[in-house]
Amino acid sequence: MSQSLSTATVLVSNSQGLHMRPANLLATTASKFLSVVTLSREGQSVDCKSILGILTLGAFQGSQIEVLADGPDAEIAIATIVNLFQRGFDEPAE
Amino acid sequence: MKFSDFIAAPALLPNLVSTSKETVIGELVDALVKSGNIPASDREDIIRAIMKREELGSTGIGRGVAVPHTKHVGVDRLVGTVGVSQEGIEFDSLDGHKAELFFLLVSPPDRPGDHLRALENISRQLRNDTFCRFLKQSKTGDDISQLLKEADDNHFGS
Repeated sequence: MSQSLSTATVLVSNSQGLHMRPANLLATTASKFLSVVTLSREGQSVDCKSILGILTLGAFQGSQIEVLADGPDAEIAIATIVNLFQRGFDEPAE
Repeated sequence: MKFSDFIAAPALLPNLVSTSKETVIGELVDALVKSGNIPASDREDIIRAIMKREELGSTGIGRGVAVPHTKHVGVDRLVGTVGVSQEGIEFDSLDGHKAELFFLLVSPPDRPGDHLRALENISRQLRNDTFCRFLKQSKTGDDISQLLKEADDNHFGS
């Protein structure tokens, strides 16, 4: 299978930031893909398949996150993760 | 946000006796009531809120760790405690394993940033195997206190 690298930049839009529920959703979603998926914020990069890793970003509302996927399903992985961010992780607006 | 900013030292529980999810949450909340960090009149409501949050998805995030939490009007600042269960407790954890290390947090509803910063700190330390090992080996509240202080002093790296 061919390798591909896909990246995107997203904003954390939900009011509580990347707390446990979004972190769980991201990790569970990313884990479905073969690609390595990383999230980066201000120079810190974490494995998107790890809840603990995501939580260490402490990404509050308004944070800019770079998403990177590397692997055979990188494009669909990126699109799916970006969609989660755009939906604000389906959290109720406060 | 350092542990010393939100962990109530008198409420640390190195020897949890509970054997179920609901009772361990009760045990941790009771410790915060006893230490004066949570009003006794809010005890039931807070336990109920934490259990309700668990129903949305277990806070047993794997690796033997659980972070039960809720927002509640009964506190005007973020407060938390740490408990260790030597036997481990079934917590519907994401990796199917029992939870042995518990960080329980109660935060005011209008301060999501504090909760997030506390999670950031807790998760950073819990990624460190040495920190987890030392926490599991803690015998007294002072042991846990000392460990948290070392973590605050960046003893375990990041």
